[in-house]
Amino acid sequence: MSRIVRALKGWESFLLAVLLIIILFNASLAPQYLQVNNWINLFQLSIEKIIVALVMAFIIINAEIDLSVASTMGLTAAVLAWMNHAGQPFGLSLAVALGVGVLAGAFNGFWISYVGLPSLVVTLATMIMYRGGARVFLEDKSFGDFPAWFNALGQQSLIGPFPFALLLFILFTLFAIVVLQYSGFGRIVYVIGNNRDVARYSGINVRRIKLILFTLSGTVAGLAGVLFAARLGSVRGDTALGFELDIITMVLLGGVSIFGGSGSIFGVLLSILIVLNLRNGMSLLNLTGHLQTGVIGFLLILSVLLPNLAQWMRSALQRRHYQKQTGKQIMNGG
Amino acid sequence: MNKLMRRFQPEQLREFVLLILILLMMLFFSTQIQHYFSPRFFNRVSTSVAIVAVLAVAQTLVVLTANIDLSIGSIVGFTAYFGGQFLAHHNELSPMLIILIAIGMGMALGIINGLLVAYGGVPSIIVTLGTLAIYRSALVQFSGAQTVLTANLPEWLLNLPRMNVFSVGKLDFRVMVALALAVVLLFHLVLKYTSYGRRLYAIGSNADAAEMAGIASRRIVFIAFVLSGALSGLAGFMYLARFGNITVVAGLGLEFAAVGAVVVGGVNIFGGSGSMIGALLGAILVNVLDQSLIRWQAVSEFWRDFLLGFLILMSVALDAVVMNQLKNLWARKGMTIHRQEDDQPGQEVSHV
Repeated sequence: MSRIVRALKGWESFLLAVLLIIILFNASLAPQYLQVNNWINLFQLSIEKIIVALVMAFIIINAEIDLSVASTMGLTAAVLAWMNHAGQPFGLSLAVALGVGVLAGAFNGFWISYVGLPSLVVTLATMIMYRGGARVFLEDKSFGDFPAWFNALGQQSLIGPFPFALLLFILFTLFAIVVLQYSGFGRIVYVIGNNRDVARYSGINVRRIKLILFTLSGTVAGLAGVLFAARLGSVRGDTALGFELDIITMVLLGGVSIFGGSGSIFGVLLSILIVLNLRNGMSLLNLTGHLQTGVIGFLLILSVLLPNLAQWMRSALQRRHYQKQTGKQIMNGG
Repeated sequence: MNKLMRRFQPEQLREFVLLILILLMMLFFSTQIQHYFSPRFFNRVSTSVAIVAVLAVAQTLVVLTANIDLSIGSIVGFTAYFGGQFLAHHNELSPMLIILIAIGMGMALGIINGLLVAYGGVPSIIVTLGTLAIYRSALVQFSGAQTVLTANLPEWLLNLPRMNVFSVGKLDFRVMVALALAVVLLFHLVLKYTSYGRRLYAIGSNADAAEMAGIASRRIVFIAFVLSGALSGLAGFMYLARFGNITVVAGLGLEFAAVGAVVVGGVNIFGGSGSMIGALLGAILVNVLDQSLIRWQAVSEFWRDFLLGFLILMSVALDAVVMNQLKNLWARKGMTIHRQEDDQPGQEVSHV
């Protein structure tokens, strides 16, 4: 119990308050907002971003970044649509598309871990490359015609009584929590993020961990791309363009430090809910998609700026406090 | 051999190789594309290179300090659109004034970036990823889904892209190209001979050491972002002049071309080394390749982005591996020139 209380102090309680305000605001705009269906819908519409964000949390805690996730989503969706269009069996197309995601992630991981290039540059380059790849496959056309069961997967499909998206969300969240917070692997991810050299000197295979993480990121982004294709029913060269903004915002707003080493899945979950509800609320207000993207960009900057400002204010207060005390001492002593 | 090594540093060797690469690439495309070495092609591509070159200068200033500016494309779109809209309503404005307005708008956007990065302590990748979206969304929001049309723009602006400084036969040396070269030259001199320029390098090579030496890092980085915004504003004006019809997606993705030019041009993405000449060569390579691919029938033009990304990755990888080896070789032989530092540490004590 005390642990929960402690967690609620600071950033997470701030997020919770923000979330509650947004929910109350949205509910006041639309009465049907609080209905269960709307909430399921909320997850349904963003499940692709959510699962990628959960992996991105691992990467940023590891003091790296993956800018190429949205392009990887676009690339795998493009490969799937292109092979399907070319008359390949759908199962094969699906397997190849998912494989492309794995390879795309491993490709990033190779340059970052084994050549030692910064992830920022590598994934910026592959962000352009993979997006370019999607355009090579689809040019300016749009391919669809997926099998009915595949399209149904992206719609209101149920597994038992549960919507597929919700199930997937719960599964990924549990996995992320267990691995990051209750496994040795998770500890190692934090250690590397805190101090790479210390990790290496204590015998951790830093390179392998980073390779695993980036491969995982590519794999999940590939899966997300396929899911997105299922939901949209057709794929274009610019499918999932710009999704990295939402995904990185979800992670950083959740209190994960951009410099690595700290953050929790609980915070990320809160910020995922904030981003989802904020977008939903803005849609209720009839704001355009472009404006919504601008607001998310604003949120991204704030999520790093606010903690910095708080930190400075705290240290300024401490300084003043200290000066007062030493001033008194001098007076007493004199 | 030793004499040669003393004369040419690895960086110059790299620029030389880049020049050869550009020539080889042009030779190759001349066998593939009809009338490749025609004045027409030169005139068209040189204007396009001019815009990317100015953006490469902007990006270089920022990258030298080990930062990055991804909002460049949005700033170009923003200034091109609103500069155009303003000019469409006030046809009588003098050219100088509209250029200043474009630069001023870019500068304002650059100030926002600079404040957040230098004084807000937010990493540049996060700030500019955010402002990339914010500036573009502001553009879409305030534009009211209208387009700047050539018909509403004054005569002089439409003629500007075709105005020549001089021409040799049909080979024109355009005003826009001269402008870009002037910008490159100016900032080449700034980097080489002003204390501001040397401080950019100092911060990029070792931020802590620069701080210890009394360099006002924050202010220098802030100014770098302001300059980057201002130059993007200038590029926005050039974009307006070149295309005339400006929609809300103007300049989309130009930040990648700028990053590509800079990285291919040998400006170290970790900060601290690189030159404007390299950035110019990078801009030429990236943009000529891009423009040639559009005209090359054998390969779909949709390979453009893929190749740009691949080029960036390969440049960074080769730099990390080969350039380091070369620098070590030079250093072992004691061939590195130790230039006297322009900076006098301690001369300026500032509290940041």
